[in-house]
Amino acid sequence: MVRRLLIYIICVFGFAVTTKAEEDLNVSTLIFEHLADSYEWHITEGAVIPLPCILIEEGGVEVFLSDKLEHGATYKGYHIATEGDHGGKIVNAAGERPFDISITKNVLELFIVCILLCSVVLGLARWYKKNGYKKAPGGFVGMMEAVIDFIDKDIAKESIGHGYERFSPYLMTVFLFILTSNLLGLLPVFPGGANLTGNIAVTLTCAVTAFIAINCFAPKEYYKSIFWPDVPIFLKAPLPIMPTIEFIGVFTKPFSLTIRLFANIMAGHIIILALTSVVFVTAQMGATMCASMTVVSVLFCIFMNCLELLVAFIQAYVFTILTANFIGLAHSE
Amino acid sequence: MNLLTPDPGLLFWMVLSFGVVFFLLAKFGFPVIVKAINERKEFIEMSLLSAKQANERLAAIQQESEQLLANAKAQQKEIIAGAMQEKQKIVQAAQDEAQVSANQIIDDAKQSIQVEKERALQDVRKEIATLALDIAEKVIGERMKDDAQQRKTIEQLIEKL
Repeated sequence: MVRRLLIYIICVFGFAVTTKAEEDLNVSTLIFEHLADSYEWHITEGAVIPLPCILIEEGGVEVFLSDKLEHGATYKGYHIATEGDHGGKIVNAAGERPFDISITKNVLELFIVCILLCSVVLGLARWYKKNGYKKAPGGFVGMMEAVIDFIDKDIAKESIGHGYERFSPYLMTVFLFILTSNLLGLLPVFPGGANLTGNIAVTLTCAVTAFIAINCFAPKEYYKSIFWPDVPIFLKAPLPIMPTIEFIGVFTKPFSLTIRLFANIMAGHIIILALTSVVFVTAQMGATMCASMTVVSVLFCIFMNCLELLVAFIQAYVFTILTANFIGLAHSE
Repeated sequence: MNLLTPDPGLLFWMVLSFGVVFFLLAKFGFPVIVKAINERKEFIEMSLLSAKQANERLAAIQQESEQLLANAKAQQKEIIAGAMQEKQKIVQAAQDEAQVSANQIIDDAKQSIQVEKERALQDVRKEIATLALDIAEKVIGERMKDDAQQRKTIEQLIEKL
């Protein structure tokens, strides 16, 4: 609540300032540009990594680098729309969206996370294969073992109980995926910086996998408790009130997972960006103002980054433990 | 701002890569690690258990050896006591035997002294008789007719003395 209020205040403050110096700096555009996906990886002024665009239409597949479309240029009839429903996305000459599976900034970040995750976990597995169980791990392996064992025993076993072994690899994957994405998102330079877990497509996919894990392996009793729950007959016979509520509940659980992760991470990014923008906004208000506000901004930024570090862990943990609890609920008699 | 509408391209890549990562990790990653962790846990538990058992066995062995030692000491005491008794018995028996044989020797000696004394007395008597006869012959100056008769008389006289 406090955080939402803060975002609101900062956004209003940002708008108020930008209306004054519109031609110099537009804070909200800047923030939303950072939050949204983009076709190239903008590191700093002049240092832009072009990423491949892959567009599928009835005519076939088009593959080209994104620097062909820089500054509103048109390439093979494609250009990046500036406004409307498809603002910031590639559209064809008729203004329609092709099926766009370009390697955007978020997709590249996704690949980085996946490669990191695979190499770390498979490397760990190789360590265990080589050393067996007779050697005690230390350092990084020991840390990862603590995390994996924590998810296996304290989250999966505790929440699901009997038969938890089937679900613990999924819970570990989702925990490490979200955690790695969150942490990389906090990095301001190249390997990080993309707003992956603050993107609804990513959190939606995570939640859909959770939905599958919850519902597709549930026993018969679970479906009976949804469509014919153990309540007085008038609550379910002529008008299926309880079954309707239960049925909606099946979908609200993963939906809440989607929104919670998305909103938390996005809000964190907005706050940090807004606090950073304070420096540039106050640049036009004279040296004293700018200097004092810079100190405040940097202090707040440090504080918010520490908080976001905490949030990165908490949100990964919350997503995992809630999924585990939902699976456990589905499997309890 | 379309922050709330999921982008199909990103959705596609996300489903694909998450699926691949999940498949790889769930098949080759986590089960190996979890298995190793559980195996190590079992190994540690087993080690602790066997250490406990070894300790218990050691304690039992210690107790047993103490028992053995105590038994041996008791036996030793018994043997020593028995030997002492035996010794005393032997000494007693030897003493008794020595006493008996000493008494025997003394008795024998007494008897033989008595016999010797008798014989000596008899010899003395004979000598005295002979002497007396000789004296008597000399005194009378003639040889008596009946030697045996004379001798008997003299012996009777000596007996009366």
